[in-house]
Amino acid sequence: MSGQVDEGLRSELQKQGIWVTSTQELYNWGRRNSIWPLQFGLACCAIEMIATAASRYDLARFGGEVFRPSPRQADLMIVAGTVTKKMAPQIVRLYNQMPDPKYVISMGACAISGGPFKQGYNVLKGIDRYIPVDVYIPGCPPRPEALLHAFMELQRKIDGQKLTGESKAPFLDANQPSEFPVPAFGAHDLEPPLNSDVFHPPTIKR
Amino acid sequence: MTPDPYFFLVIFCGVALVFPLMPLALAWLWRRFFQPPKPGPAKNATYECGVESLGEAHVQFQSHYYLYCVIFLIFDVEAIFLVPFAVAFTDLPIGAFIAILVFLLLLIEGLVWAWSKGCLDWARAR
Ligand code: SF4
Repeated sequence: MSGQVDEGLRSELQKQGIWVTSTQELYNWGRRNSIWPLQFGLACCAIEMIATAASRYDLARFGGEVFRPSPRQADLMIVAGTVTKKMAPQIVRLYNQMPDPKYVISMGACAISGGPFKQGYNVLKGIDRYIPVDVYIPGCPPRPEALLHAFMELQRKIDGQKLTGESKAPFLDANQPSEFPVPAFGAHDLEPPLNSDVFHPPTIKR
Repeated sequence: MTPDPYFFLVIFCGVALVFPLMPLALAWLWRRFFQPPKPGPAKNATYECGVESLGEAHVQFQSHYYLYCVIFLIFDVEAIFLVPFAVAFTDLPIGAFIAILVFLLLLIEGLVWAWSKGCLDWARAR
């Protein structure tokens, strides 16, 4: 699709006032400029998310101000805060209820790894154990600028997704799952404690 | 030659038909050629707040409680009468005082009657 038109020819045409594009570019352009997040916050990081959406930081500049109260209308899940084990099944279920294409930003130390509560008995050690995460933002809490940066990273990622071919985006692949198993409350922990299809921690070399 | 005045109505109907059908057709084509549908149990669930729904959606509520609302309305209006009575209380002749007492008594009688009839219970045993 893109790549069929030579870049040099394209800029030459643009100088003459002819704008050449492809379906893929048009599609991704539309998608990346209207990312609607799901409206929910879990802990202190949510306050920063709210600040990002408000006028000073103005998420609307990136097309992401329309926080949807229903997962059916959302494209992006911002996991902003501590995911307790009580809350984790609900988060996974909400993620499952979002229509494709859907993205996840894991905001703050808590959502990434459990953060300050990592040793706690009731905090999930990272939401990426159950659902695939696209962008991680470190910090406790990350500043609104960091969330904006994550938004831009996500836009970059969306821009690079292919419509066809071998490396097409996973949501266009009929064999890729769109729903992930919801963990259940077990006797001591969530069952299963992690989804090994999703969770691939890097091996630490010492 | 001026076109038939109804001709614009025909155009209007045509546009009104094409306008909503075009996005639907585009969405259908998109689904057909690019994005395979991926339904699932959570996605197709009726309730969408992350919590699993319990029990049936078809729960019955009793309508008897409308009596409670009617009684509330009556006593609401009574309060409107009582405020000027209380404000002018010291200047009132004895006749007016007795009149308002009779008015109150009538209403309280009604309340006692409604209470004994069980109108104030949320779910009456049938
Ligand atoms: S990462 Fe820090 S600021 Fe964010 S939810 Fe956890 S404790 Fe709160």
